[in-house]
Amino acid sequence: MSGQDTAKLGMVISGSLEEGVEVRLDSGVSVEDVIVGRQVVIEGQKRRFFGMISDVRLAVTDPGLTLTPPDTSDPFITEVLAGTSTYGTIHVTPQVTIGGEAADLLEGPQAVKTIPGHFARVSLASERDMELVFGKEDRQRFYIGNPLDMETKLCLNLEELVKRSNGIFGKSGTGKTFLTRILLIGMLQKSKAVNLIFDMHSEYGWAGTREGGGSVKGLKQLFPDRVAVFTLDEVSSRRRKVSTDYVVKIGLNEITPEDIAILRSTLNLTDLAVEAAYQLRKTLGRDWLSKVLTLGEEEIDELLKGADIHEGSFQSLRRGLGTIGRLGFVVPEAKDDAVRAILDMLQQGRNVVLEFGRYQEIAAYLLVANMLSRRIYQRYQQQMEEAIAEDKESLKPRPLVITIEEAHKFLNPEVADKTIFGTIAREMRKYNVTLLIIDQRPSGINEEVMSQLGTKITCLLDNERDIDSVLAGVSGKSALKTVLARLAPRQQALIFGHAVPMPVAFQPREYGSARSYKDFLSISPGAGGMAVEDVEKLWE
Amino acid sequence: MRPIEAEVPARVGEVVEASTREFIAQCYELNRLPPLGSLVRAGEGDAAIYGIVHYAATTGLEPGRRPVARGKDEVSEEAVYQASPQLARLLKSEFSALVVGHRRNGKLCQYLPPQPAHIHGFVHLCPGAEVREFSQSFSFLTALVHAGAQTPTDELIAAALRCMAVAQEDRRAFLVAAGKELAVLLSGDYQLLRSTLGRLRE
Repeated sequence: MSGQDTAKLGMVISGSLEEGVEVRLDSGVSVEDVIVGRQVVIEGQKRRFFGMISDVRLAVTDPGLTLTPPDTSDPFITEVLAGTSTYGTIHVTPQVTIGGEAADLLEGPQAVKTIPGHFARVSLASERDMELVFGKEDRQRFYIGNPLDMETKLCLNLEELVKRSNGIFGKSGTGKTFLTRILLIGMLQKSKAVNLIFDMHSEYGWAGTREGGGSVKGLKQLFPDRVAVFTLDEVSSRRRKVSTDYVVKIGLNEITPEDIAILRSTLNLTDLAVEAAYQLRKTLGRDWLSKVLTLGEEEIDELLKGADIHEGSFQSLRRGLGTIGRLGFVVPEAKDDAVRAILDMLQQGRNVVLEFGRYQEIAAYLLVANMLSRRIYQRYQQQMEEAIAEDKESLKPRPLVITIEEAHKFLNPEVADKTIFGTIAREMRKYNVTLLIIDQRPSGINEEVMSQLGTKITCLLDNERDIDSVLAGVSGKSALKTVLARLAPRQQALIFGHAVPMPVAFQPREYGSARSYKDFLSISPGAGGMAVEDVEKLWE
Repeated sequence: MRPIEAEVPARVGEVVEASTREFIAQCYELNRLPPLGSLVRAGEGDAAIYGIVHYAATTGLEPGRRPVARGKDEVSEEAVYQASPQLARLLKSEFSALVVGHRRNGKLCQYLPPQPAHIHGFVHLCPGAEVREFSQSFSFLTALVHAGAQTPTDELIAAALRCMAVAQEDRRAFLVAAGKELAVLLSGDYQLLRSTLGRLRE
C-alpha cells in the first residue's frame, strides 16, 4: 500500500444521495491542495464509497469573521484560525461502493444506493483503491491514462467498451485525435473487434501530426500486419510515402439517391431536387447518375416532361451531382469492389484505415463513409441473421467498430434518420457493428443518438450547449459539469458511461515518444517480436 | 527554551478561603504575588488542587480602613517602608486561584475536585515540569472561559497561556495548538476569540 492510504482529507458533515456529501477538510489540509476531479474514498461503517471531488468551498464558523476579518499580517492568527474558525469543505458525489465483506469484494463495485454516515473518514483514493474500482491492466483491460494527479494506471475494459457505440468529444486541439489513436490501439490489442476508420485528415493510418510540429507514428507503422491502409487519393499517399494496401474507387453507378439525400445541405440542394433524384433513379435505372451528367439538352427536356420534374430542381440536382462527379476517386464504373476488399480485410482480423488524402471536403467524406458503411452494415446484417438462423456462434461476423470524424455532419437531427450511422447508433450491437464517434460539436448530434452512446470520453468543452449535450442523462450532471469545464485545455479528459464503474478525469497516456511506442508494442502479441505465450506469462 | 525559574516548588502563600470553584491565598511576603494566569497548587500529593491565578489584591488588614499616603517627604518607595516598618504588618497581599484540576490516585484530572482546598494549605507556584504535565491537555480552558471572574476572560486566558508557554519547549507550537482549541471553544463568540488571540501575540 502506498502512503496515500493514510492521507486523510476530512470527514463527512452533511449530504444527500441526490446532491452528494459535504466534507469538512481537516485543519492540516489546505483547500489549495485539493483539486476538482480527484478521486476520494469515504470509509463508511459497513462499506467504502468512491467518488470524485466536484466542488471546493470556504466556510466560517461565525459570520463575524467575514464582517471583521482578523489581522492577516500576523501568521499566528492565520495559523490558529485555519481549520478551526475558517475551514474548507469539498463536495463529493459518491459513485460506487464496495462492501466490507469478502463476498462483496469479489462482486466488485456497485452503484451507490445510500450515503456514508456522519463523520465518516474521507481520504484521497490510493492506487490500490483505484485498482479495486477500475481493475488492473490485464487481457481485456487496457491502460489509457492516469487519473488526475495520480500515478495509478486507469484501465478500460475494452471488450465491454466495444459492445456499444462510444463517443470522443472535445474542442479542436484538445487531444481528441491522440486519445482516439490510443483507444484504437487498445481495441486492436485487447478486444476481438476490428476497426474501420474513416480517416478524413490522414491522421491514423501511417503517420499523424503533432500540434506544434513533428509527426507521430500511425497504426500501420506500429502494427504492420494488423492494419491495412486504404486510400482514396493514391497521389497524396505516395507523396507521403505511405505504403497503401488498396486504392478505393467509387463507381457513379454505385451511388444511390439515398446517398444524395444526406448530402442535401452540403451540396445545397432543395427538397425537390432530392425528390427528383429518386424519380430519375426510377426512370433511368442503375446508371442514372452518369446519365444525368452526360445527357444533352434535348434529351433532358424529354426526360423532364416524362418524369414530371421541374427544370429548376433538375438543374439544382445536376449542379450538386457535378460536384460529386468531379471528385477524383469517382469513376463511371469501379473495376473492383471496394466493399468486398474491406470486408475481406476485416474478416481476416485486419483493421482498415481509409485515408482521404486531398479530398478533405465534407461532401466527399460524407458520401464515402456513408456509402461504404451502409453496404458493409448490410453484409454484417446478413451474416448475423444467417448465424442466428443456424444458431452457430462461429458464423457470427467479427465485431466491427466504425470510426467517424465530424460526426455531427452524419448525425445531426436532420440527417440522422437517413444515414446508416443513425441506424447503427440506435440498433447498437445487434449486428455486431458499433460506432466510435469523434466530434467537436456534440450539440449538433441528434439527442437520441447521444443517449445511445455507451461510453463518452470528453476533453475540454466550453460551449454550454455542447457540455449539456454530452452530459445529458448522466447522474450527478452538475458535479461533472464543474469538472468538465475545468479540464486543462490539452491532454486531460473525463470518461464516463458503460465501460467505467464511475466517471473519472484522467490524463491520457503518452503517445509519440520512442518509449511510448515500445510500451504499446510490449503488450501486443506478435507485433513486438514477442511470442504470445511470453506476453501472457507477464500477466500471470 | 527552558524556563528560567528553579525547578523547586516555590511556596508563595497559604489558603485562607476555599470553595469548590476557587481558593484565596494570602502571600507570606507583601507584594510577592504569583503572576496573573500562573498555575499554582494547593496541597500535596493526592490532595493537590490546581488553580490559575485570576485575581490578586493588596489591601489593609482591617477591612474598610484604607492606608494613607506617606511618601511626601521620602525620596523613594523603599524609603517609605523603611520609615514605617509597621506597614508590612498592617498590609496583606492576597490572590484568588480558579480551580482547574486536581490530582487523584496520582493522575492529573482537569475537572473540579470532590472537596475544596484545605484552609492553611500551602500554595506553591508550579515548576516548569509540572506546568508541562498540566498543559498536555487543554480541558482547563473551558473553566477559564466560564470563569466569569473579576478579571476579563480574554485577559485571563491570554495570561494563563502566556505563562504556560514559558515552560514549553516549542512555545509557538503550544500557542497555536491552544489557539485552535480556543477557536473551537469560542466558535460562537468571534470578538472574544479575536481579542484573546490578540493578547497571545508575542
